[in-house]
Amino acid sequence: MARPLGNFIVAHGPNVMTQERPIKIACRNVWKAYGRRPAFYFDSRGYKIDPDALADRLRAEGHLPAVVDASFEVATGEIFVIMGLSGSGKSTLVRCLSRLVEPSAGEILLDGRNLLKASPKELIELRRHDMGMVFQNFGLLPHLTVLENVAFPLKIQRKGQKEREERAREMIALVGLDGREKSFPNQLSGGQQQRVGIARSLAVGPALWFLDEPFSALDPLIRRQMQDEFLRLQKLLKKTIIFITHDIAEAFRLADRLAIMRAGKIVQIGRPVDIVLSPADDYVGQFTEDMPLLRVIKAGDLATAINGTTVDHDIEAGASIEELIPRIAGGAKAFGVVQADAPRRMIAAADVLEVLERDSRRQRS
Amino acid sequence: MTAVSGTQRLPQSVAVDAGFTAWAALIVLTLVCIVLQDSLPWVVTFPTAWQVPIAAAINVMSDGVVPVIQPLFRSISALLDVPMRGMQACLSWLPWPATMAIVVVLSLKSGGYRLALFSVIALGYMIIAGYWPQSMNTLGLVLLAVPIAVGLGFALGLLGYRFPRFRPGLLAFLDLMQTVPAFAYLIPLLLLFGFGPVVGLIASAIYATPPMVRNTMLGLDRVPSDITEAGLMSGCTRRQQFWHVEVPTALPQILVGFNQSTMAALSMVIVAAIIGGFEDIGWEVLSSMRKAEFGQSILSGLVIALLAILIDRLTLGFAKERPNGPTPIMAWMSWRRLAAIVVIALVAAAAQRFFLPDAWALPSTTLREQIGIVNVALTSVVRDYAGFFNGARNVVLYSLLLPLRLGIVGAATPALWGFAVTPPMIAVYVALWLAIAGLAMKAYGWQLAVATCMAGLLLFQGFAGFPWPALVLGIGLLAFRLAGIGLACFAMLGFGFILVSGLSAPLSQSMYLTLLAVILCLILGGSLGVWAAHSERVSKILRPICDGLQTVPQFVFLIPALMFFKVGEFTALIAIMLYAIVPPIRYVEHGLRNVRADVVEAVRQMGATPSQVLMHAKFPLALPVIMLGINQTIMAALSMLAIAALVGTRDLGQQVYIALGKADAGLGIVAGLSIAFLAILADRLTQAGARQAGSIESHWKS
Repeated sequence: MARPLGNFIVAHGPNVMTQERPIKIACRNVWKAYGRRPAFYFDSRGYKIDPDALADRLRAEGHLPAVVDASFEVATGEIFVIMGLSGSGKSTLVRCLSRLVEPSAGEILLDGRNLLKASPKELIELRRHDMGMVFQNFGLLPHLTVLENVAFPLKIQRKGQKEREERAREMIALVGLDGREKSFPNQLSGGQQQRVGIARSLAVGPALWFLDEPFSALDPLIRRQMQDEFLRLQKLLKKTIIFITHDIAEAFRLADRLAIMRAGKIVQIGRPVDIVLSPADDYVGQFTEDMPLLRVIKAGDLATAINGTTVDHDIEAGASIEELIPRIAGGAKAFGVVQADAPRRMIAAADVLEVLERDSRRQRS
Repeated sequence: MTAVSGTQRLPQSVAVDAGFTAWAALIVLTLVCIVLQDSLPWVVTFPTAWQVPIAAAINVMSDGVVPVIQPLFRSISALLDVPMRGMQACLSWLPWPATMAIVVVLSLKSGGYRLALFSVIALGYMIIAGYWPQSMNTLGLVLLAVPIAVGLGFALGLLGYRFPRFRPGLLAFLDLMQTVPAFAYLIPLLLLFGFGPVVGLIASAIYATPPMVRNTMLGLDRVPSDITEAGLMSGCTRRQQFWHVEVPTALPQILVGFNQSTMAALSMVIVAAIIGGFEDIGWEVLSSMRKAEFGQSILSGLVIALLAILIDRLTLGFAKERPNGPTPIMAWMSWRRLAAIVVIALVAAAAQRFFLPDAWALPSTTLREQIGIVNVALTSVVRDYAGFFNGARNVVLYSLLLPLRLGIVGAATPALWGFAVTPPMIAVYVALWLAIAGLAMKAYGWQLAVATCMAGLLLFQGFAGFPWPALVLGIGLLAFRLAGIGLACFAMLGFGFILVSGLSAPLSQSMYLTLLAVILCLILGGSLGVWAAHSERVSKILRPICDGLQTVPQFVFLIPALMFFKVGEFTALIAIMLYAIVPPIRYVEHGLRNVRADVVEAVRQMGATPSQVLMHAKFPLALPVIMLGINQTIMAALSMLAIAALVGTRDLGQQVYIALGKADAGLGIVAGLSIAFLAILADRLTQAGARQAGSIESHWKS
C-alpha cells in the first residue's frame, strides 16, 4: 500500500471526535470459549497468555474459541461498529458486553467499574436503566401491541401504566410509528417491526446502546432508510453505541471507529479511513478494496486550519467528501468544514481531487 | 463435486459388504432353523421350561404391597369422589338451554359463527337422540380430568425445561405412559383405588398428562433467542422473564397441549367404561354393542364423535394463531361479555329450577326408543348381504391373514385351501422368491434383495412358526444397522423379556396383525395421499374425513367393523385400519406437496413423464416425511391393537384385556409393557430410518 496519502490524512486530521471524551465502556482481553470445560484454560496467574497459541490449543482440544482476546475502548457518544463475517464472534462479543453471554476470561469496564463483578441484582438494575439492545430478528413479544412492547421495559420496572404509556408514545413518535400503537407485531412490515425494537430499546433512556445486526433482516432499500433514521436519532440522542454488522458498506457508513473481527479475533481497530488506507493485513485489505475512498473519507479527515483562505461553501465534518465533487466541477476551490464544539476549518479542492485520483488508481489495479 | 462423491463412495462400499455378510448369515441361520424344526422343535417354539413366571412374581409382590398402601389411595379416591359427584350433579341440574348457551358463547369466542352453529347442532342431537344425561356425565369427567392433567403436565414440562438433567428420564417415562395401553394401567389403578368412576377419572388424568408435558417443553424450548434476550435486556428478574416473556410467547404451543390433553382425556373416559358402567356415553356404546343393538350403538357412537369434534374445535380455536386477527364476532365476544352471559344463563337456570321446575324438561320420547325398527332393518341388511360381507372377509382371511399367521405350509391344508404343499411346490416357491430377490437386487441393490428373501421366508413359515432366534437376531441386526448398538441391545432384551414371560404366541399375533394393518394402510392410504397431492379436489374431500377420523376416540371405530363383520380377527383388522389409515394419507400428501419445486422443475425440464417425476424426484425427496408417516401409522396401529382386543384377537392386547377381566395385575403389567416395548422399538426404528433418509437428502442438498 502506498503511504503518502495516509500520512497526509493523519497529519491533517487528528481524531478530534474521540480523543477528549471519557471512556464509556472498555473491554480488556475478553475471551469466550465454548466446550466441555472452558474454564480450565484460563487459569493464567503468573503467565502471559499468547492469544493465537491458546486459541489453537482450544480448537485442537475440541473447544470453540468464539471470542479471542478482544480489547477495545468506546468513548461516550461514539458509534463503534464491530464488523465480521458470520461466525466471526461479533454477536458473542456484544453479548459478553451485556453479559447475556458470560465471558470466559477478561475484564469489561463500564464507567470504570468491572461489569463482570456485578451481582445478578446489580446486573438487572444496569440493564433496566443503562443499557438498551436491538436484535436482528427484532425480539418483539408476539402477544403485546406496539405500545405494550415499547412500554414493556418500564412495566418490568413496575412503573405506573400512565407514566409508561406516555413514555412509550413519545418513543413511538420518535421512530415515526404514530398511529400504529394498537397493532400487533405480526401486522407490521420488517422495517416497522425494527422501529418498534428501536423504540423499546430507547424507552428507558439508556446511555449505552447495543445494536446486533439491526438492519440485516431488512430489504436493501429499507435498510438504507433505517440507516439514515439511525444517524438522525444518534444526532438527537448522542448515545454510546456498539453496532454489530456483517455489511461492510453499512459499517463504513455509520462508524466513527470500527473493529474488524475474524475467527473470534479483532484484527484491526480504527477509523474507517485508517482501515481503508492502511489495512492491518491482506484479509482486511481484500475486505475493503472495493470501498470507494471518496465515500469513506469524511470532510473532517482532510480539514486544515482556515488561515484566512476564502471558502465559498460550508460542509459538515461528518459528511463524505464525495458530496463536494459536483461543486469542485463547478469551479469551487475551497470549502469550510464545520463541526460542533470545534472551530471552523477548511478543505482544499486539490486535496479532494488527490483522493479521487488515488481511488481510480486503486480501482484499476 | 464428482471428486468428492467419488472419494466418499469408497468407505461406503466397504460398509455395505459388512452389512451384507451379517444379513446373509441371518438368512442362512433362518434356513437352518427351518430345516431343523422337526428334529429340534425348540428353535421354532420357545421352550416352556425356559419361561420365568414374571407375572406371578408381580402378583405376589402386589398382593403384599397393595394392602399396605391401599388406604392412602382409597382416601385419595374418596377425596376425588366429592368434586366428581358435585360436577356431575351440577351438569345434570343445569337445564339444557343454559348449558347450550354457555357452550355457544364459548364457541363464538373460540371459532365464530360456524363453530357456534355446529355446537347447537351437536348438542341438539344429543338431546334428540336421548343421550343428554350420559353426555353430561362424560363431560363432567373430562372437565375434572383436564385441569388435573394440565396442571400436572405444565409442572412436569417446566421441570424438563428448567433442568435438562431430568429430561431423558422424563421423556422415557412419557414414552412409556403413552405406549402402555390404557387397559393395562387400569388394572393397578383398580387394585389401588377400588372399583368405580373415580378410577376412570384418575386413569384419564394420567393418560392426558403426557401431551401437555411435551407441548409445554416444546413451546418453552422454541421461544426465539431474540425474544428471551430482549426480555433479559429489559431487566427482567427470573420470575418476570418466565411469566411475562417465556410463557406468553410459548402460549400457542401450550394451548395445543391443552387441546391434545383434552382429547386424550375424553378418549380415556370413554375407554374406562370397560371397567364398569355408570351412566356415561362410553358405557352406552359398549353395552349396546354387547347386546348387538346396532342402531343404538350408532346413535351413541355418533354422540361420542360429535362431542369429540366439538371439544376439539373449541379448544383448538383458542390455540390457533389467526394471521388476519379475530373475526368481528370473536372480537365482539370479549371475555367480559362472555362472563356476563354465563352469569345470566346460570341465574336464569336457577330461577327456572326454582319457579318453573317442569319447564325445559328433556324430551320424553327420543330417537333412542324409536330405534327398534332401525335395528331390525340394519340386522336384515347385514343378513341379506351376509354373502358379500362374508365373501370379502374370507378373501382377505384366506389370502392374507392365514398365510401370514400360519405360513404357506400351515395354511395350505386341504381343509383351508384344498391342497397340500408338496416338495415340487416348495421348489417352485423358492425359485419364485429367488427370482424376485434377484430382480430387486438388480434394480435397487442388495438391501431390498435381503428384505425380499426375509419376506419370502416369513410368508412360508408364518409368524407363528418363525424361528424365534432368527426373529430376535434379525430385529437386533436391523436396530443395529439403523440406530446403533444401544437400540439393538434394547430390542434383544425386550424380546428376551417377552419370550421368557411366555408371551411369544400373542407377541407373534400382535406383530403379524400390526404388520398386515400397516402394510395395507400404507398401500391404501399412500395411494390416496399421492392422489390428494396431485388433485386439489381429492385433497379437499379427504381433509375433513381425515380430521374426523383423527378426532373421534378409537373406541368408535369398533362399531361399524363389528356391525358388518362380527367378532374376529378380520374385524379387528378393519378397526385398526380405520384408525391407522390417516397418517399415510396425510404425510404422503404433505411430503409430496412440499418437495422442493426447483428439483421437480429440473427433472420435468429434462423430459420426465409425470410418473417418472413421481418415482425419481418426488418420492426420494419426500422420503423423510413419508418415513415419519410410517412411524405414525405403526404407532396408531399399535395403540388401536389393545382396543381391538374387544372384538376378538389373540394378541398381547387380548392378554391385557383378559388380565383386566381377572384383575390379574401381573399379566396386565407384563403384557402392557410388552406392547409398550413393541411401540417404542418401532418408533425408534422408524425414526432412525427417517433420519437416515433425511441425511441422504441433506447430503444431496449440500
